[in-house]
Amino acid sequence: MSATTASGGDAAVGGGGATPTGAGAPIQGRAWTFGRDVDTDLIIAARYLNMKTAEELAAHIMEDADPDFPQKVQPGDILVAKENFGCGSSREHAPMAIKGAGIPLVIAKSFARIFYRNAFNTGLPILVAPEAVDGITEGDTVEADLATGVIRNLTTGVTFQADPLPAFMRELVAAGGLLPYLKARVAG
Amino acid sequence: MGMTITEKILARAAGKSGVEPGELIMAKVDFCLGNDITAPIAIDEFEKAGFDSVFDSERIALIPDHFTPNKDIKTAQLVKQMREFCKRFGIRHFYDVGRVGVEHALLPEMGLVGPGDVVIGADSHTCTYGALGAFATGVGSTDLAGAMATGEVWFRVPESIKFVIEGGLPPYVTGKDIILYTIGQTGVDGALYQAMEFTGSTVDGLSIESRLTIANMAVEAGAKNGIFAADDTTKAYVFGRFIREPRHVYSDADAAYATTYRWNAGDIPLMVAKPHLPSNTQAAAELNSIRIDQVVIGSCTNGRIEDLRMAAEVLRGQKVHPDVRCIVIPATQAIWQQAMEEGLFGVFLDAEAVVSAPTCGPCLGGHMGILAEGERAVSTTNRNFVGRMGHPGSEVYLAGPYVAAASAVAGHIATPDQVGTRRAAA
Repeated sequence: MSATTASGGDAAVGGGGATPTGAGAPIQGRAWTFGRDVDTDLIIAARYLNMKTAEELAAHIMEDADPDFPQKVQPGDILVAKENFGCGSSREHAPMAIKGAGIPLVIAKSFARIFYRNAFNTGLPILVAPEAVDGITEGDTVEADLATGVIRNLTTGVTFQADPLPAFMRELVAAGGLLPYLKARVAG
Repeated sequence: MGMTITEKILARAAGKSGVEPGELIMAKVDFCLGNDITAPIAIDEFEKAGFDSVFDSERIALIPDHFTPNKDIKTAQLVKQMREFCKRFGIRHFYDVGRVGVEHALLPEMGLVGPGDVVIGADSHTCTYGALGAFATGVGSTDLAGAMATGEVWFRVPESIKFVIEGGLPPYVTGKDIILYTIGQTGVDGALYQAMEFTGSTVDGLSIESRLTIANMAVEAGAKNGIFAADDTTKAYVFGRFIREPRHVYSDADAAYATTYRWNAGDIPLMVAKPHLPSNTQAAAELNSIRIDQVVIGSCTNGRIEDLRMAAEVLRGQKVHPDVRCIVIPATQAIWQQAMEEGLFGVFLDAEAVVSAPTCGPCLGGHMGILAEGERAVSTTNRNFVGRMGHPGSEVYLAGPYVAAASAVAGHIATPDQVGTRRAAA
């Protein structure tokens, strides 16, 4: 069972790897690198928050960082960022836009806390891996196994280990996302 | 080992005698809320998951404040979806234009949140209610959907950081300057996943408005929540207003803190956060060379009556600089009415500022005051990220109402003293 998603876009994620532990094959993609404190206004500007489908939002992903980014990013590409990715507003439109663009994974040194929740709650895979972030250059091909947290930079041949998922987050994922988890709790 | 306020509130909500930082808990929420950006997605998720009832129709508020009065057809559709959901489930804390205000000003004012509560909101500035001694934190739409259905939410119990602020504040220095100074010291992720607890003699003397301003921006340091122990000021504010019984909670003397910071209030100047992070702070008096095009006085951070009085104190008998648009936004209908009755609107209109309907509007670049490429604003709001108030090539300088109003008069960043404001007798 895959995690509950806010709307379409899963098809582009591919490999059935829409949950943070991802039972499927390792994710492989080209890296786009960003600095620290990438805020949710940068991921999806508030002027687009009158829309709420992943497809509409994906058309404007990271637009204020690079107006051409929505055209340049390809399904399967991976985002790699430094500290505090997703800081700022609580908008779930941010992980929705990322998923809508077909981005199957975000690797960062750290995530802002609401973005971290939203990623798990909506089934966007994320990995906390400071050393990997330092070891990835834009354009590198990166492979990540969500089940083990092993990240390989296929361009340089270097392997990294992401922080393990907390047990509770694994439970959420196993239940298929937050809402199925809560539903089972209420029924139980 | 003793517990902090945050730990005690979370332990109670989780039905436990104690909790420790790092522990994952399921907590019962006393109140939850969403707005016209986040609630529609929460409703979509609620329906998609097949829920057909809400846990308690009295403990949910859906507040269309960001793009209202509806700025376009898409927004009107979002608000309509909220209105219909509230009708369907008998949720009466839905406030339409004419009754609505900026959510984090409106809920405390109406007494819907108060001491000892666990409040989640699908809005990052939900942490505002920590000013009243509540544990309040921002979440996403899916979390809100889950809470509306089950009344429960998961938390990782945060470590607490203590901020001890002692002494008297310099003239015109308020809660906004304290929190900008604090974020300037900690950085925008200096309190990541943690609780920021504010205490000390300076804090004891702060108004509820200043405390709401400080707690509001805890998220800008990365924090899960900001919190103040309830005191006589809190009790006077919630008396006759809060719809539940207050539960006053205090940190134990032997509670554990990850870090303790100590500020001397006298060292805190009138502050500005320069583009493009709230931590990029500098004293306002050092930034006179920054010319500006717009001033916004309002928002969940600084749109309360005390803020409008401060702005009026500076604008009285003055004119907004000819190159500047000054937009004043009372945060709620009640604040609007009070400002009108106190004669503040006469001051603003004489100064050639405009008074808007309550809305989040320009704070997030929504509507009612968007910046063009290359334009600069001084704003009493809470974020100055790239493109926050409009074009990605525009800039936002964050400040409190005194500096914002003085800058409107000067046409550049300025302090009240620099535009000849005469201090009202204390």
